Amino acid sequence: MPSLSEIIRESQIWKSIFRHPMPVDRRNRIVVMLTNFFLHLHPVSAKKQGIALSYTWCMGGVTFFLFLIETITGVLLMFYYRPTLEWAYSDILALRDVTSLGLMRELHRWGAHAMVITVWLHMYRVFLTGSYKPPREFNWVVGVILLLLTLLLSFTGYLLPWDQLAIWAITVGSNMARAHPVLGHEGPGAALLTVDGIDMITNASDARFGLLGARFVGEETLNRFYVLHCVAIPLAASLLIAIHFWRVRKDGGISGPL
Amino acid sequence: MHGHLPLDEFLVQIRGFLGSYYVALATMNAIAALYLWQTGKSKIWLRVGPIELSSSLACLAASGLFLLVSPIAYSVDPSLVDVISIPKPLRAGLDKAMTPVSYSIGTFFVLAVLFVGRRWFSRPEIAWTGLNLSLLLMGFSMTDQNFASVVTKPDNVPIVGLVFLLGFFTWLATRRAVLNDERAARGEPPLEALDSEKVLVWPDLVYTELICMVALTALMLLWAIGLQAPLEEPASAMKTPNPSKAPWYFLGLQEMLVYYDPWMAGVVLPVTVIGGLMAIPYLDFNKLGNGYYTITQRRFAYVTFQFGFLVLWITLIVMGTFLRGPNWNFFGFYETWDAHKVEALNNVDLSQHFWISLLNRPMPKAPENSDLLVKIVYVVFRELPGIALIAGYFTVLPPLLVIFPPFSALFRNMYLKMGFLRYMVMSNLLLTMALLPIKMVLRWTINLKYFIAIPEYLLNF
Repeated sequence: MPSLSEIIRESQIWKSIFRHPMPVDRRNRIVVMLTNFFLHLHPVSAKKQGIALSYTWCMGGVTFFLFLIETITGVLLMFYYRPTLEWAYSDILALRDVTSLGLMRELHRWGAHAMVITVWLHMYRVFLTGSYKPPREFNWVVGVILLLLTLLLSFTGYLLPWDQLAIWAITVGSNMARAHPVLGHEGPGAALLTVDGIDMITNASDARFGLLGARFVGEETLNRFYVLHCVAIPLAASLLIAIHFWRVRKDGGISGPL
Repeated sequence: MHGHLPLDEFLVQIRGFLGSYYVALATMNAIAALYLWQTGKSKIWLRVGPIELSSSLACLAASGLFLLVSPIAYSVDPSLVDVISIPKPLRAGLDKAMTPVSYSIGTFFVLAVLFVGRRWFSRPEIAWTGLNLSLLLMGFSMTDQNFASVVTKPDNVPIVGLVFLLGFFTWLATRRAVLNDERAARGEPPLEALDSEKVLVWPDLVYTELICMVALTALMLLWAIGLQAPLEEPASAMKTPNPSKAPWYFLGLQEMLVYYDPWMAGVVLPVTVIGGLMAIPYLDFNKLGNGYYTITQRRFAYVTFQFGFLVLWITLIVMGTFLRGPNWNFFGFYETWDAHKVEALNNVDLSQHFWISLLNRPMPKAPENSDLLVKIVYVVFRELPGIALIAGYFTVLPPLLVIFPPFSALFRNMYLKMGFLRYMVMSNLLLTMALLPIKMVLRWTINLKYFIAIPEYLLNF
């Protein structure tokens, strides 16, 4: 009499998904890494020292896992939250007070803070082990862009609750764009772009206006940041994460003494 | 913010946290004691008759001490709680002594001492003592209402975590680097090269990842349940909060606004930081230290990065978060955020120092109704000292560093290895970074406002 798990593992459905027996022996532990989509990001074998926690701190992996948590909780929050002046604040209020699984917002916000911290720690580790040195120079550059995208993701998300904390933090942050050299209406050189006595760079045409979609943080900004936060930056980050992981493999795997 | 409760209400409010905080510290030390005892890693420091004073016993004693403190924190008796607080006069003294100057120089000095004495400080028993003392200091400070209200602001909690995480990982990396450097001095390979055994990723890495994922999920859930995400009043363009702060990870940049105009602090410097980070692998020609922890084999790169990251980025964030209050005025850790605190600002531009104080003449000024070009010439003439100084700083100083000792010992080799262009890029990035502390010191000593002040064209540097 075969057991239930044997029946399942012998079934056509199971075998169509997993094309080999359980990874309990050497052969199948190798095969599983080659045939599973999620596992094929890894090499089949690695230096014991290279994957030691005391060496890697696992901070890159933790950052990626936090990115997944942010994606899942973020999608769930998008089902509920409406990015308009009328609803944004009250939707968040309801998530806090009445909505089932409103905990998703807490997870999302603390996950975002944690991700900023772990991405810094990852960079810190990579620097301290000199892992940016040849042949990994370019992957360090990709990593710096990902660090920047992480900060921008967090920054654009900061506005969405539409409370005092949100709009004033974004106001303070985006006021910097007002002082952009040449492109900000309060920046050095902006006065040079004048045609027939008419200023080309004003508070309705400068870099800050482009960022906010308005002269101050308003409904246009909320919409703009929402799209950046939920679509544009995550797409760019996903692409770069794929490149980052692929390059780790192509540049020789986890670093170690030569 | 800083709503002051009567003392007993405040103590009731924090006793749950503080009581369990000390229980957690006791548990932490008990686990350490058990670990040292069981693994035989416990060191015997002193023998008194039959009693061996070992590191394991010390951890157990610390554990017992924390366990005693816990009920005191839970007692809500002000006279008892005083015993586990930093004495009031000391707090007042610390607040008085803390200024942007003493804070910046103090943190730099502490980090420099830790770096120079890293062999001693990174020893596990010393580091463990340091951790316990800093956690105890934190606990003793929590009974202060001002301290507690800033530290427990929900969005500030991650920064407290960041400080301790950075402390831990910096210790971990330094410890490894110290051991590796000692091995290198004896002609041995680094620890990372000892075991070149290869293992299968399933199960060795895949399981580690799985455990990390489960642990992280548990941690995030606990954090999310234990601490509610902040939600203030609905947004209002009419009511400006004081202070208005950017998100915490940008507070280093906001702090730079004290010393630079927004076009520098908000645009040029962040872009330079990002660009400079990307440039690192193309500027660092040192082939040593690739894939293992070391300090002596890459001293310049290590010190430069640590200075930029820990001193100029992290300590400024800590300062911007915990020590900057209304009107961006500076407040000590235990000081009340008083919106009416007045700080005199009498900052003077370099051109004013030059023309008025030094030459005792009026500032050059274009005659009324003159052409734009004439006006610009006058402005440039007025600001010539600053323009010459800054231009020289970025173009003449790098070659001088190569030619003249003591710096030539370091920079000549770099110039020869890097070539002219790469060397100029590297030295300009380095000097841009160094300009911030230079400007801080000049602000504190001679009240310097701008090197170059051209408010006519919004170009202040």
